Amino acid sequence: MTTTVESGFSTESGSRRADRARLFAQPAAVVVIVAAVLIWAMTRDNDSIEQESLNWSTLLTKTWEHLLLTIGIAAIVVVIAVPLGMVLTRSWARPVAPVFLAIANIGQAAPALGVIVLFFLWTSWEGYWCAALPIAFYSLLPVLRNTIVGIDAVDPALTDAGRGIGMSGPGVLFRIEMPLAIPLILAGLRTSLVLAVGTATLAFFVNGGGLGELIDTGYKLNRTPVLIVGAVLAVGLALLIDWIGAVLEELLGPKGLS
Amino acid sequence: MSETIETTANTTSGAVSGVEIQLEHVTKRYAGSREPAVDDVTMTIPAGKIVILVGPSGCGKTTTMRMINRLIEPTSGKITIGGEDALSLNPDRLRRNVGYAIQQAGLFPHFTVAQNIAVVPGLLGWDKKKIDDRVEEMMDLVGLDPKQFHSRYPRQLSGGQQQRVGVARALAADPPVLLMDEPFGAVDPITRGNLQDELLRLQSELRKTIVFVTHDFDEAVKLGDKIAVLGPKSTILQYDTPDAILANPADDTVAGFVGAGASLKQLTLLRVRDVELRTDTVTATVSESPADLRQKLTDKRATYALILDERRRPTRWVHVRDLVAASSLATAGKPLGDLVSLQSTLQDALEAMLVEGGGVPVTGSRGEYAGMIELDTVMATIQRLREEHTES
Repeated sequence: MTTTVESGFSTESGSRRADRARLFAQPAAVVVIVAAVLIWAMTRDNDSIEQESLNWSTLLTKTWEHLLLTIGIAAIVVVIAVPLGMVLTRSWARPVAPVFLAIANIGQAAPALGVIVLFFLWTSWEGYWCAALPIAFYSLLPVLRNTIVGIDAVDPALTDAGRGIGMSGPGVLFRIEMPLAIPLILAGLRTSLVLAVGTATLAFFVNGGGLGELIDTGYKLNRTPVLIVGAVLAVGLALLIDWIGAVLEELLGPKGLS
Repeated sequence: MSETIETTANTTSGAVSGVEIQLEHVTKRYAGSREPAVDDVTMTIPAGKIVILVGPSGCGKTTTMRMINRLIEPTSGKITIGGEDALSLNPDRLRRNVGYAIQQAGLFPHFTVAQNIAVVPGLLGWDKKKIDDRVEEMMDLVGLDPKQFHSRYPRQLSGGQQQRVGVARALAADPPVLLMDEPFGAVDPITRGNLQDELLRLQSELRKTIVFVTHDFDEAVKLGDKIAVLGPKSTILQYDTPDAILANPADDTVAGFVGAGASLKQLTLLRVRDVELRTDTVTATVSESPADLRQKLTDKRATYALILDERRRPTRWVHVRDLVAASSLATAGKPLGDLVSLQSTLQDALEAMLVEGGGVPVTGSRGEYAGMIELDTVMATIQRLREEHTES
């Protein structure tokens, strides 16, 4: 009964307090920095090219596109990686688990931009899905690996007890193994989200929109303020997403483990 | 499921609620190994009894037990539970009617105590009210205050408390059969002793059929109605009452497993009330005069007398010499040292005799004098048991 699952959080009270403090400090810092940069960018004397990008409607649209991309990617990742991880931990599927992990590993090891462009050349699609699908493939590994590790880390005595008192195989999976693996899966999802929100800045290459467009415009037209605003918004969004991941870990983890 | 294995209503009258389990030529052979893990085991586990499977690590005792609820499927052979062929049932449904308790309890850490206990009734589809009532009843049964422990998580309990919850969970759906795999193996000796006593108390009420696996022979002797001593491949070396195994181990392997001090262990199984007491000791009540008692002792050619109080409880020993100068029996002689009751084990009696240096007075249920127990009696009893079991 002592160590059934690693919760992902350190249970030492000191670092727990640090976690708590970060939970409040992180979003506050993001809001302050983003607000400061936006006020600076919107109140300075912008020329017509800069004004084309630096107006509320464009900034909102691009941020919204970026957010939609991230959410879509996260949804794809969860829908594919979690069930796949559950299947791969069944005893009959054990032998093929390394194969899938290797494929996911390739996805992550390859440069994200390469994956996106190859996918574009292969399908000749463009837009949202042409960006979301390869980026999802790119950020699949953390969730897949943590689902497998999380389920594997469940004490075999618990699954034995579950079967022994008459739970069915799926019963044990959904009532014992999955709840106990949730902390690790959420930690994996948080990593995936951060990867996704960062990589989504490359979506503009295939016409997928997002904050990458601002960065690109600022760079190509040599308009530093546009570049800065795009970059700061992307960083701010990544930190916020990471924060949401931390909150989810805190809220959705199984009770009674610490 | 209850159409296949009859679950009887919970009774407190001590009626047998267990059913008989039969293993016939049960063999387990794992793929890739030449020797079977369990080789042709045939045994009958009587209804309402505690049967202990005891043997060295790796002898296949756990495998044998796990075949009863089909956590391990036998390669060949037949298992019946209450006359029903266990191998023809759906394993999940079968297990819901066979209680299962394991080492370190195996409680689900993310379930509260109440949720853990409620698992099997929930699987059986009981309604919520019935489950809640049952959870409360089970917590009372294993000695955990429902108010205090209902919503706690296993991490917040001591090892002994977790084990109690484990037993409550195993019994929650009132299964006729309970399988226990070294359930008290991971708790400290004192707690283990308490849990063992608790299990015996529960069993005297519930009378389930309990199959209990352990490697601790002392635990087997304490808990078992019958003990199966298993050798390699789960072959049954001896299957008998603890008494018989202690008195007459079937072979050297069993004797080795029983260990040194078999006769001393046997003394823990016998009670003072089971042996004959000597009643020819001279007694006198405190109100009698010392002179009368002296006369009585001389008549009977005895040197000692036991003084009883008005309610016939033993109080003092007095020597015939002490009576010469004594004015009252209330102060003559020396106060009593140890005494034992009819409920005491022969081991307690032997201990008292060693301290006293001879016979020890025995008292009945209200503390009244019942007779004397002597060293000779104890030795004769052991001798007799030994001979009985050798003959049979």
